[in-house]
Amino acid sequence: MLLIQADLGWDISQQLVAELRASVDANGIADAPVAKEFLRNDMVRLLELATRNRKIKILQRGVPFVVMVAGVNGVGKTTSIAKLTAYHQRFGRTVMLAAGDTFRAAAIDQLKVWGERLNVPVIAQAQGSDPAAVVFDAMLAAHNRNIDVLIVDTAGRLHTKSNLMDELSKIRKVMQRHVPDAPQEVLLVIDATTGQNGLVQAKEFASSVAITDIMISKLDGTSKGGIAFAVARELGTPISYIGTGEKAVDLAEFHPESYVDSLFFGEGELQQD
Amino acid sequence: MFDSLSDRLTETLGRLSHKGRLTEGDVDDAMKEVRRALLEADVNFKVVKDFVTAVRERAVGQDVLHSLTPAQTVIGIVNEELVRILGTEREQLRAPDRPPQILMMVGLQGSGKTTHTAKLAVHLRKQGRSPLLVAADIYRAAAVNQLQALGKQINIPVYEEGTQASPVQIARNGVQFARERGLNPVIIDTAGRLQIDEPMMQELVDVRKAVNPTEILLVADAMTGQEAVSVASTFHERLDVTGLILTKMDGDARGGAALSIRSVTGVPIKFIGTGEKVDALEPFYPDRLAQRILGMGDIQSLVERAREQTDEQEAEKLQQKMERGSFNLEDFLDQLQKIKKMGPLNQILEMIPGLGSQLKQAKAQISDDDYKQIEAIIQSMTPYERTHPAKIDFSRRRRIAKGSGRNQGDVNQLIKQFEEMQRMMKQFSKMARKGKMPKGFG
Repeated sequence: MLLIQADLGWDISQQLVAELRASVDANGIADAPVAKEFLRNDMVRLLELATRNRKIKILQRGVPFVVMVAGVNGVGKTTSIAKLTAYHQRFGRTVMLAAGDTFRAAAIDQLKVWGERLNVPVIAQAQGSDPAAVVFDAMLAAHNRNIDVLIVDTAGRLHTKSNLMDELSKIRKVMQRHVPDAPQEVLLVIDATTGQNGLVQAKEFASSVAITDIMISKLDGTSKGGIAFAVARELGTPISYIGTGEKAVDLAEFHPESYVDSLFFGEGELQQD
Repeated sequence: MFDSLSDRLTETLGRLSHKGRLTEGDVDDAMKEVRRALLEADVNFKVVKDFVTAVRERAVGQDVLHSLTPAQTVIGIVNEELVRILGTEREQLRAPDRPPQILMMVGLQGSGKTTHTAKLAVHLRKQGRSPLLVAADIYRAAAVNQLQALGKQINIPVYEEGTQASPVQIARNGVQFARERGLNPVIIDTAGRLQIDEPMMQELVDVRKAVNPTEILLVADAMTGQEAVSVASTFHERLDVTGLILTKMDGDARGGAALSIRSVTGVPIKFIGTGEKVDALEPFYPDRLAQRILGMGDIQSLVERAREQTDEQEAEKLQQKMERGSFNLEDFLDQLQKIKKMGPLNQILEMIPGLGSQLKQAKAQISDDDYKQIEAIIQSMTPYERTHPAKIDFSRRRRIAKGSGRNQGDVNQLIKQFEEMQRMMKQFSKMARKGKMPKGFG
């Protein structure tokens, strides 16, 4: 029940329990703490399988490293972008933001506020303009100003809206005209409170924009983001970051062990870098 | 994706029915499937437990064991129970003791409070009222701007004091502002917050004390998982929530969170949000949500999506064309494109109830690529050919095949299928007119 409660979903919970039962039987374990340790290791292993897929990305001088941030509505994309900005700044990289959410009221303002707070340029056009055009401008600007990392915001979209999903591929194409292997990182933000629909979201986004990394946002609540397990198993897309608050510094790299230990076994703090 | 509960139950109970009699163990198996379906729909596990116990009791009482169609009987009970919990009657917004009516929007971050503040205002204005929006989210970057932009877009006034004043003060002044100008209702947008963030929750309690709202509406995302219960019950404990707005129902989440929230707090679901446009707010229908939670198809939503794509005049014209047999390839292409706009094909198929077991086969046969093929072929025809398919002779077919990059067989097949369809349409619509067909089948 611990597993279901954490939104791992039926299939994975059953699988983990079955594995646990098998190893308990095989090894004749009668001791609860040892069994717990088995379960913990299984859970960590499941996540590590995907985390291992995380590609090491190399920043090339003179070529902007483009991060495209996508997700359904209200998962915290814009806030996550602020956090990513601060994250890259900690490594001494120059960052630029592109306001690709031209749909939602004041989304551009929201990004600009963060731009000011973090002292990074924001490339934007008016609300309602073509996001691909914004991205086009931003790619040029990033080149000209020798920016290390360009982070592109996109409007929240439900994965069921095919025309909006097509728009993402279009944005991608525009990027590739400037930098052939851009976006080097396509980050899907998933809300930790999301239930079983999270898996469907991840699948749909993966098929239309080839997501490379996943960020679980809002892990500071009581939600455990268990859908991460389903996503890790089904897609193998690595979970790279977790978001744990509303401030720009509330971002950490994802560590399966620390995550499993702190959220499921109540040991230690969720690791913050 | 998920198999529907109906399929699973048919399988579990169906394969046993040849024994002539089901045992209690079979009912247990069926209950296990019910449990799984609800968990997959994100219904909270504690709620599921109680629910299954209730269903089981009724199932045994109603002699599912002797029923000829045990699966259907169980489904019926599950469905009834779901609707019973979700609320059988439509809940209206409460009227205030004295105006203005004050609606306070609360919820987690990103659940859609600001958007639904605007939607609710548009909805109430349609009833002849003059709403005021109050921007009490001083925390999220540009939240005030967002509400202002929305207010401008829908032409409804927004009261704001920037981000320096306290939400309590803004709310109080906002209500005063509305009183002075005779604006009613007042809809207060508050910042998203975690239910475990004590100072932030206290702030809501203070706002509530200051303005004594008529309704406190919890805005919850339909995609929420197991935590929905803890979120809703904390908000409810602190604030006495009076209604729920379930948002992002235009996605494909099953929305089991609504069942959890409703059964734990007893708070009625008042509206559902179904899109990003400001008029995408609908009254709540328990039976629809029940079917959706069970994954039993959602024919109403399908009809609505279809309606979004066609207007009535067009539909009437089409109907006449079908009757006269003058439905041509041009119309066919037009219809195809409309279906395409409704979403990916496999998703549309999933919304059709009763398709269950055949669905997988159908999915394998029809893909979105087939659309493209058909489109390409029709688009390689001249306007004359499209309106006169009968005139497409051998040499025309050869040209069309070349133009569309398909082989001649494909073209032949399409035309043949089209002719078949045309014949059937003619028959169907004649029968429908004579009343031989059930309504809505033509």
